[in-house]
Amino acid sequence: MSFAEYSEIIQEGDVVIIFLGHESMMPIKVQSGAQTQTRYGAIRHSSDLIGQRFGSKVTCSKGGWVYVLHPTPELWTVNLPHRTQILYTTDIANITLMLELKPGSVVCESGTGSGSLSHSIIRTIAPTGHLHTVEFHAQRAEKAMQEFKEHKVSHLVTVRNQDVCKDGFGITGIADAVFLDIPSPWEAITHAKSAMKRKGGRLCSFSPCIEQVQRTCEALLDHGFEEICTLEVLLRVHDVRAINLPLPDFGPEEGSADSSQMASDVSQEVAPNTGNTSVICRTATPPREMAGHTGYLTFATKPQCE
Amino acid sequence: MAESVNDSDAESRISFGDYVVLKRGDVFKSVQVENKKKVIFEKQWFFLDNAVGQLFGTRFEIGAGGSLKLKAAKHSGDSLDSKEAGQDNRHILDDGKSQKLTRDDIETLKEQGLKGQHLYSIVNVFVYFSHLRYDTLAQILTLGNIHAGSKILVFETCAGLVLGSVMERMGGFGSVIQMYPGGGPTRAGMESFGFPSHFHETLHEFPLCKVNALLAGTLDLSEKDADGNRRSESSQETSGVSEERSSEPQSMEVSVDQQEEMRRVERERLREQKAQEKKVKMEEKRKKLASAAALLEGRNADGLVIASRFHPCPVLMGLLKFIAPSRPFVVYCQYREPLIECYTKLREQGGAISLRLTDSWLRHYQVLPNRTHPVLLMSGGGGYLLSGTTVAADSAKTRNQHKSEEHVAKRLKLDEISSA
Repeated sequence: MSFAEYSEIIQEGDVVIIFLGHESMMPIKVQSGAQTQTRYGAIRHSSDLIGQRFGSKVTCSKGGWVYVLHPTPELWTVNLPHRTQILYTTDIANITLMLELKPGSVVCESGTGSGSLSHSIIRTIAPTGHLHTVEFHAQRAEKAMQEFKEHKVSHLVTVRNQDVCKDGFGITGIADAVFLDIPSPWEAITHAKSAMKRKGGRLCSFSPCIEQVQRTCEALLDHGFEEICTLEVLLRVHDVRAINLPLPDFGPEEGSADSSQMASDVSQEVAPNTGNTSVICRTATPPREMAGHTGYLTFATKPQCE
Repeated sequence: MAESVNDSDAESRISFGDYVVLKRGDVFKSVQVENKKKVIFEKQWFFLDNAVGQLFGTRFEIGAGGSLKLKAAKHSGDSLDSKEAGQDNRHILDDGKSQKLTRDDIETLKEQGLKGQHLYSIVNVFVYFSHLRYDTLAQILTLGNIHAGSKILVFETCAGLVLGSVMERMGGFGSVIQMYPGGGPTRAGMESFGFPSHFHETLHEFPLCKVNALLAGTLDLSEKDADGNRRSESSQETSGVSEERSSEPQSMEVSVDQQEEMRRVERERLREQKAQEKKVKMEEKRKKLASAAALLEGRNADGLVIASRFHPCPVLMGLLKFIAPSRPFVVYCQYREPLIECYTKLREQGGAISLRLTDSWLRHYQVLPNRTHPVLLMSGGGGYLLSGTTVAADSAKTRNQHKSEEHVAKRLKLDEISSA
C-alpha cells in the first residue's frame, strides 16, 4: 500500500480506511496482533485484515460488518486528524488541474498544515516529481513528515520547517508550480517567483478573505505575473431518494370501473400497499444549505524569463 | 528528484503539428502549425513557419509577406514602437500586462472551457467543451484518483478530451483502456495534447460490442487470414483460389492482345498487394484486441471514467465488472436523471459505496482596488457527476458467518466461567 500506488492485499504496517456505513469512516494502522474497536465490534488485524483483499467485507466481533478500503488522498482528506483547517477535494481538484500538475511536476507548497493537499499533490506528481512543502510550525512539520513516512510517500516530498515569507521554499529555479495557503501570501510572492523555473510556471494562492486576495493580486501584478484570475468553486451534493406522492381522487370517471385510471395517467411506479393512491418518484434534491465558503483561489502564470 | 537547474524546455517549444492558440486581445483561435500553410486570424493572414522552434508564449509581429517576426524587446527602440502603434501594432500574442484583470485572457478561455495558461497544446474541438466544463473535468480526474501506474478504463464521447486529460495525469505510466462504441475510438482531442510517442504504448482500446463475449470467456482472439477466416483451416483454400485465379487469365487470354494481358496481371498484383495489406492490418487489429482483452479479463482495473452521450446506467453496470474492489469510479452526464437511475441501480445491486451525485458551481471574481466583485457564475451547466467506490461482492459471507459463530461460542464459554 502507498498513497501514490495501489496494491491488492493488505499488509502489516498499511494504513487502511474502515468504512462503517453512510458517511462514517476511520483510518487505522494495520499491526499484527492489534485490535480496533468499532460500534460493530472488534476488528482483529491479524485475522481480519492482514492477507485480505482491499475492498473486502469484514465481520466484526459483534456480528456487524464493515468494508476495508485502500487509502487514497480523497479518503484521507475526509479522515485525517485535523491540526489546522484543511482543503477539501473540490478545491484540491481545481487546484490540481489549473496548476497543470502531473507526473514529474516539481511543486512548492506552504503551509503544509494537516497535509490534505500535500497528499493529493504527491499522488499526482508521483513517481518522478517532487513536493517541497514548508511549514513554520515545528510540531506540524514533524507530524507531516511522520505521516508521509507511514504512507510510504516520503521519497516524493521534502518538508522544511521554516517561514516561507522570510526564507522561501529552500530551493530555487526548479518548481513548475507553487501553492500558497498562508495568512499573508503577498509576502511570499518574491520567494515563489524565485522558486519557479526560468521557463515559467503556475501559481495558486488560497485565501478565505477577499482583502487577502486583493493584496495578493496586487503583489502578483507587481512581480510580473500574468493571467491573474480569482475564482471560487462550490460543490453541490444532491440527495437521491425515492419519494411517495399521493394521487388525487377526482371521483369515479364516467365509463371506467374505478379511479385506477389516475395511476395510469401518471407513468410512474405505483406505491405498494396504497391501493393505487400514490406513486413512487425517484429524484434528487439539492441540500437546503450548500457547502459554505472555503476560500478564494487566485491563479497566475509566471512568464518565461527573457 | 528533479532538482537540476538546467531544465530542458524542449517540450515547450513550438513544432510543426502542434496545436497552438493565437491570441490578440480577447480573441482566440486555435490552429495547427503547418508548413507553409496560410492562417487567417483577425483579418490578417500569415504563415506560422517562423514560430517553429520558439517558445510558447512568444510574441510575434506580422512582417512583410505574412512572415512572423519576433516582437522587439520592450527596452529597445521604445520610441519606434510608439510610432508604429498608430499604424499597425497588431500582435498575435498580446502582452498580458496591458490587459485589465476584468477581461483577463483566462476568463474568456475558461468560458469556452479551454484550459489556458501557457498557450500550448489545446484541444481544437470547441464544441465539446461547452458541455464538459473544466471544473467538472477537474473533479473527474481527482475523484477518479487518476495517477501514474494505474490501469484505468475510459469510456467517453468527448472527442478524446477526457482521454487526453486522463493520459496526462498518468504521465505515460500504467495503462489506459479506451472502450469505444461502433467502429473505432475517436481521439482527435487526445492527439492535440502532444504526448511523446511512448505515451501511446500505454493506450489500448476495446470495442463495447465484444464486452459480453469477453465476460463470458468466448471472445475469439485467434489469428485470422484476410477473409476473416481462421487461418489454420482455410489458408490452403485461399492459396488454392489465388492459384486458380492466376491461372484463369492465362487460359482465357490466348486470343486477347498483350496490353490487355499486362493490365490484367497488374490488377492481379494490386489485388494481391491489397489482400496482403489487409492481412497485416487485421493482424495488427487482432493483436491490439488481444492485448486489451488481456488487461481487462483480470477484472482488476483501478478505476473507471465514463463521460458520454450514451445512457450511463447500462454503460456503468457493464463496465464496473472489470474494476477491482476498493477502487473509484466517476460517471459524468450532462443531465441528472440518468445518474439518479445509476445511483438507484447501484444501491439495489450492491458492490458500491460512498455514492455521491454532485455538480459544481464556479464563480469568477474581478479583483481591482475598490472595484472587487463577482463577475460570472457558472452553475448547473457543467453537468453532473456520480462518483463512488467499488467493494467486494458478498463472497466473504460464509467465512464471516463461520467467524461470528466462533465468537458466539467463545462468549458462551466466558459466561459459563463467570457464572460459575
